[in-house]
Amino acid sequence: MSDVDATEAPAPQQEFDALIDADSRIEPRDWMPEAYRTTLVRQIAQHAHSEIIGMQPEGEWITRAPSLQRKAILMAKVQDEAGHGLYLYSAAETLGASRDELLHLLHAGKQKYSSIFNYPTLSWADVGAIGWLVDGAAITNQVPLCRCSYGPYARAMVRICKEESFHQRQGFEILHTLTGGTPEQKAMAQDALDRWWYPSLAMFGPPDSDSTHSEQSMRWGIKRFSNDELRQKFVDMTVPQAEVLGLRIPDPALRWDEDSGHYRFSEPDWEEFWAVVKGRGPCNEQRMTHRRRAHDEGAWVREAATAYAAKRAAAASQPTASVA
Amino acid sequence: MSTGSDFQAEGGHGAIPTEGVPAREPGHSAAREWPLWEVFVRGRRGLSHVHAGSLRAPDAAMALRNARDVYTRRQEGVSIWVVPAAVITASSPDEKDSFFDPAGDKVYRHPTFYEIPAEVQHL
Repeated sequence: MSDVDATEAPAPQQEFDALIDADSRIEPRDWMPEAYRTTLVRQIAQHAHSEIIGMQPEGEWITRAPSLQRKAILMAKVQDEAGHGLYLYSAAETLGASRDELLHLLHAGKQKYSSIFNYPTLSWADVGAIGWLVDGAAITNQVPLCRCSYGPYARAMVRICKEESFHQRQGFEILHTLTGGTPEQKAMAQDALDRWWYPSLAMFGPPDSDSTHSEQSMRWGIKRFSNDELRQKFVDMTVPQAEVLGLRIPDPALRWDEDSGHYRFSEPDWEEFWAVVKGRGPCNEQRMTHRRRAHDEGAWVREAATAYAAKRAAAASQPTASVA
Repeated sequence: MSTGSDFQAEGGHGAIPTEGVPAREPGHSAAREWPLWEVFVRGRRGLSHVHAGSLRAPDAAMALRNARDVYTRRQEGVSIWVVPAAVITASSPDEKDSFFDPAGDKVYRHPTFYEIPAEVQHL
């Protein structure tokens, strides 16, 4: 045994650092810095909240889907979003948080969800635009998270990314069907793109020049690419897809830059982004009211299930009790 | 106001505030919460059950049904086990420690430890 050098970091910290440096994974019962744990709990919780709030904008169209098949597909997609929320709450629970606690923080307005879900879905084409653009942006964000340093989060992301692929393709297909339809249907698709384009770009967060917070997450292997890198990747993938749809990206400054091999594009309106984040978006109030109501109205179901389980457990522990 | 320092594209669906947002609720009582179950799924016949994740449910029957809906929506499984997380005994507080050291110096347990003349076949 060598003498402990007082200037060295404590052994658990060294082991943690070594795992991070080796691009290995941290597992739930490993020692980890408190700040790493806190950062992950908050990120995974708010990711989970985004998934379940994200059920609302599309859920509104289930009863109005244009065909039985579209309705079945949309229900499957919205169910997936619930599932994604559950995978993520489970991952957060491996860090010591409880699902009940995290939902409480959401309902109290202390934890947030992605601002993109504070925009309304005004037409059926919006369901397509959400799948194509919003889920497309989500995939761009989430694919790197499949290699996140925290094992349970990374594993949840692998499952989620597989399922998001269906979401994005079904969204694109909705728009493709509309753009191949009547002039009114094509206009509806264009209108949806016009409204969802900049909010989708804003999903990647403020420009790197304004973002000083990412470095620690980068160091910890939680974040792999900067906001601007991800936004550029998304634009480069999406513009050619819009061309296939025959839709116009609502950005007069959009152009292909031969030298860099990337599209040049206009930034979203960050003032609008901040307003929505701070609660002044079109649907902030509606989303939270609906979430709280759904939770409150489900209370009797949770209580009944608990009571039933307790009754069954009591009966099982008294096998000789007489049967009426 | 709008310095972006406290925002980043954290979770999947985009930029979310992080600064000033609590990760936990100190003193929160989850006493009425349903128990936690670990879910193991057999992907197809011939494979072992593999840990898929966890969920909360009031009892085993509900845990199984929820596990089906959460972890096998795309035919990922032909059989599911649910186990109360509280009854699992795990090897150690860490994923790696001296518990596994005894195997470390026993390389002779591997076939590659033994030197065999090159002309020997099927060994």
